[in-house]
Amino acid sequence: MTATISPLSEVTRSDAALRTFLHGLPGVDRVGADARAAGLGTRSIKTTAKAWAIDLAIRMVDLTTLEGADTPGKVRALCAKARRPDPADPSCPPVAAICVYPSMVPTAAEALRGSGIHLASVATAFPSGQAPLKVKLDDTRAAVAAGADEIDMVISRGAFLAGRYLEVFEEITAIKEACGKAHLKVILETGELVTYDNVRRASWLAMLAGGDFIKTSTGKVSPAATLPVTLIMLEAVRDFLDTTGRKVGVKPAGGIRTTKDAIKYLVMVNEIAGDGWLDPDWFRFGASTLLNDLLMQRTKLATGHYSGPDYFTLD
Amino acid sequence: MSRFEYAPAPESRSIVKLQPSYGLFINGEFTDGAGSFKTISPASEEVLAEVAEASSADVDRAVQAARRAYEDVWGPMPGRERAKYLFRIARIIAERSRELAVLESLNNGKPIKESRDVDVPLSAAHFFYYAGWADKLPYAGFGADPRPLGVAGQVIPWNFPLLMLAWKIAPALAAGNTVVLKPAETTPLSALLFAEICQQAELPPGVVNIVTGAGETGAALVNHPDVDKVAFTGSTEVGRIIARAVAGTKKKVTLELGGKAANIVFDDAAIDQAVEGIVNGIFFNQGHVCCAGSRLLVQESVADQLLESLKRRMATLRVGDPLDKNTDIGAINSAEQLSRIKALAEIGASEGAERWSPACELPERGFWFAPTIFTGVSQAHRIAREEIFGPVLSVLTFRTPAEAVEKANNTPYGLSAGIWSEKGSRILAIADQLRAGVVWANTFNKFDPTSPFGGYKESGYGREGGRHGLEAYLAQ
Amino acid sequence: MPSKKDAAAARTTTGAAAPARLAVRKTYKLFIGGAFPRSESGRTYVVADSKGQFVANAAQASRKDARDAVLAARAAFGKWSGATAYNKGQVIYRVAEMLEGRRGEFAALEVPESELDEAIDRLVWYAGWTDKIAQVAGGANPVAGPYFNISSPEPSGVVAVVAPSSPALLGLVSVIAPVIATGNTVIVISDAPRVAITLAEVLATSDVPGGVVNILTGSAAEMGPWLASHSDVNGLDLTGVADAKLALELEQAAAETLKRVRRPAAVDWSADPGLAPMTAYLETKTVWHPKGL
Repeated sequence: MTATISPLSEVTRSDAALRTFLHGLPGVDRVGADARAAGLGTRSIKTTAKAWAIDLAIRMVDLTTLEGADTPGKVRALCAKARRPDPADPSCPPVAAICVYPSMVPTAAEALRGSGIHLASVATAFPSGQAPLKVKLDDTRAAVAAGADEIDMVISRGAFLAGRYLEVFEEITAIKEACGKAHLKVILETGELVTYDNVRRASWLAMLAGGDFIKTSTGKVSPAATLPVTLIMLEAVRDFLDTTGRKVGVKPAGGIRTTKDAIKYLVMVNEIAGDGWLDPDWFRFGASTLLNDLLMQRTKLATGHYSGPDYFTLD
Repeated sequence: MSRFEYAPAPESRSIVKLQPSYGLFINGEFTDGAGSFKTISPASEEVLAEVAEASSADVDRAVQAARRAYEDVWGPMPGRERAKYLFRIARIIAERSRELAVLESLNNGKPIKESRDVDVPLSAAHFFYYAGWADKLPYAGFGADPRPLGVAGQVIPWNFPLLMLAWKIAPALAAGNTVVLKPAETTPLSALLFAEICQQAELPPGVVNIVTGAGETGAALVNHPDVDKVAFTGSTEVGRIIARAVAGTKKKVTLELGGKAANIVFDDAAIDQAVEGIVNGIFFNQGHVCCAGSRLLVQESVADQLLESLKRRMATLRVGDPLDKNTDIGAINSAEQLSRIKALAEIGASEGAERWSPACELPERGFWFAPTIFTGVSQAHRIAREEIFGPVLSVLTFRTPAEAVEKANNTPYGLSAGIWSEKGSRILAIADQLRAGVVWANTFNKFDPTSPFGGYKESGYGREGGRHGLEAYLAQ
Repeated sequence: MPSKKDAAAARTTTGAAAPARLAVRKTYKLFIGGAFPRSESGRTYVVADSKGQFVANAAQASRKDARDAVLAARAAFGKWSGATAYNKGQVIYRVAEMLEGRRGEFAALEVPESELDEAIDRLVWYAGWTDKIAQVAGGANPVAGPYFNISSPEPSGVVAVVAPSSPALLGLVSVIAPVIATGNTVIVISDAPRVAITLAEVLATSDVPGGVVNILTGSAAEMGPWLASHSDVNGLDLTGVADAKLALELEQAAAETLKRVRRPAAVDWSADPGLAPMTAYLETKTVWHPKGL
């Protein structure tokens, strides 16, 4: 994967060229985008389709803990849950990844060894991104060195909002390089970008710079992931594939707590980006409490009666 | 990687209790008519019920009942009291919304998500809106002491059976008129359920009368000498006959007729939303919409890109069982309408336009037509001029804003139009130049009780909705 | 085709004694597209004064003159309907000014002074309406959603009018002014040729663009059906038609293209006209636009 994409290599040549390109992307009408997202949200996913969607959603979860109070014990417990989300049901698939702070990567790497579960770490002065580039690069290298195979970086929203697009672009390319073989997820923090036009531009900027995934939010800013914002990002990866031939993944993160919500996202993936993205390699949920609701609904479908929170592990 | 197949998600039919036969609703009661006819589900051709057919004598009974109710009860009633009846009706429609939605989808063929999310809530909202006018008529701008006209004869189409009923009955009653309404021959059931709602609301007998039947019943109503006001929504062809029939009489007339709306997409449009607007514009309600955006005018410089996006989007449309909550496009309302759509589509192909539909399996029983677009269409093609009233889009291109306006206006119709551009000044300038009663800019097929609706030129005259909608039912 | 009575009137006039100075008579022609053409048919009819004396041979407009008038009215519509309301108001006010200045001409045509006053004042009234009707007849609609929604009145297009026979001037002004004040263009059939064409001269000298008002003198029974059935005519005002059978025929013909029709009515021409003469030829256009960041 090269950082610059040949059909668009010219557009990142200068700040002016990049600005012209990003501002030349088709606009987004907010009301129309909201209506489209809401419309997809009315899809009714039942029975076999629901069972299929729940298992897929579980396999797409980046099970996350990003707290100041995180300890090795907490992280180890989470990793155990990642391997066997429902200890009572061996047919329940594992999640896609564990997502932790860099300091917790060694613990997690140990706990996940041999599981095939990815290990993601937030880096680059998460969540604000307000640190010198060198610090961010060191942060990234340390996480990768400690065993992370996925890096969730934050963009400098300040630079983006100030219109210094090339600075953001170069920062992402630098982090991407520092990642080595690790996959790079670029967090746009859409709650701070506010407009859908900005979300679309930031999505393209992150993809042009070589991001493997674009991710909505840190989870530390409200609003975090929303359906319409994810819609804009799914359109962006779809169009980027059409234009460049390179496929980029999408990760909504923060605020997705229920099975009902998760299924709405999957419907959106299916109908906007297409079923090519219905795969943990191309779509993830950044979430912590979502998993238990998925497990409860999964049990309900399997047993025919409603379950309760006491029957699922709280880790 | 596997496909996300949506399992069937049918809305339950059990909420609707169909009777084997329905009478005419005259003077607050269901009574027998001279004859009867069968009404079916266009999705399955299953017979749903037997419905009375009103003869001219039956229509006369209904008009007499309306006249008596007008003179004795409804006309003299204080507006404040009339208002409360209408508020009641609005509430009952909301309370019985699921039942109405299922019945509407059964009898009309439209997707349940539309009857549930559009037709029924807008119908309730329409009554709620006009209810509030009933005791405020002197403030409506039609004189200090506006008076009702008397008995309104109303004839409505099959595309939005309950909503068109609401558009007709709510302002008429708010203004103090009484009504005799004829629902369309193929979709009488929601109007008959509405009659039951009038009973639940304890609306005085004769204020609302429903006479079911076909064209002859409608003609008897329109031509009845004791009708003071005629309101019709339907084809331009029938609109002409009505305009001619009422010539020289004292009857006040409003007509909401056909259209061939241009949906204009400029090169700076928000493409994804424009695609949604195009899809909503022509495939909403199977294209059985007088204001459907049936002519796509796309700026040549973005035509290829837009069409590619449009086709990709169309491939996700789900055609099938109207009661399935995931259905986007339901059944064509009747065999007759289906054959008209087929005939015009054949003509489009034979005139050299390129036809495209996404792969989609259509049910064997019932009346179905796949969403279809024709590219390479010019103004001279019949599919660019005639109202198809089905899920068929004609795509034309333009080079300059002036050409877009010229093509958009180059039709005897003038009901609606769409504009897609991110440039405010262009939108406002184009909106000024379009000769159409409703202009949707960066949106399409939006309706609201407060927003007047109606056409220019051969799309009819008069407005429904909003303060303007009262004018048709008041003597100045 | 002159009747026997007209012919008699003509003889009487020619039989008068020769005056010291022979007056220069006005030729009464039609008013189409801002010009004063003769009828393409070459026909005229005799106009007599109230004593039956010959006063003029008026142009008797034909089907083809009606057709030309529609072309002129349609050609003028774009610019006139697009003119600012302020500009339209000024133009109509200018007509009032010109009419005031030519009172003598109308007095000579036996238009009563009170009618002249009313006619001038009516023009002033409508001049003031041009930039107010949109606010009175239109406005914002509070839809239940994130949309800007506004309704504005717009002119229907080309309107054909049969002017009332009397009062000749006030009736004519009262049917023309509301139609053009709202941005339509008009074709008027008048059977009072001297008053109508003298008013046309007023219009021609008061900044009314050519084609906005077109006046055809002659028979409503002859030209009416052509205008009522003309596809490029959007409205038909029959308030001035006295013959119920003719009015019925014209309304039926107008139904074919769904014209906006005002039916014959007993009008008190000196009363406040209200909004109806204006709103009859206004379409309501409602524009929606989303509101989003």
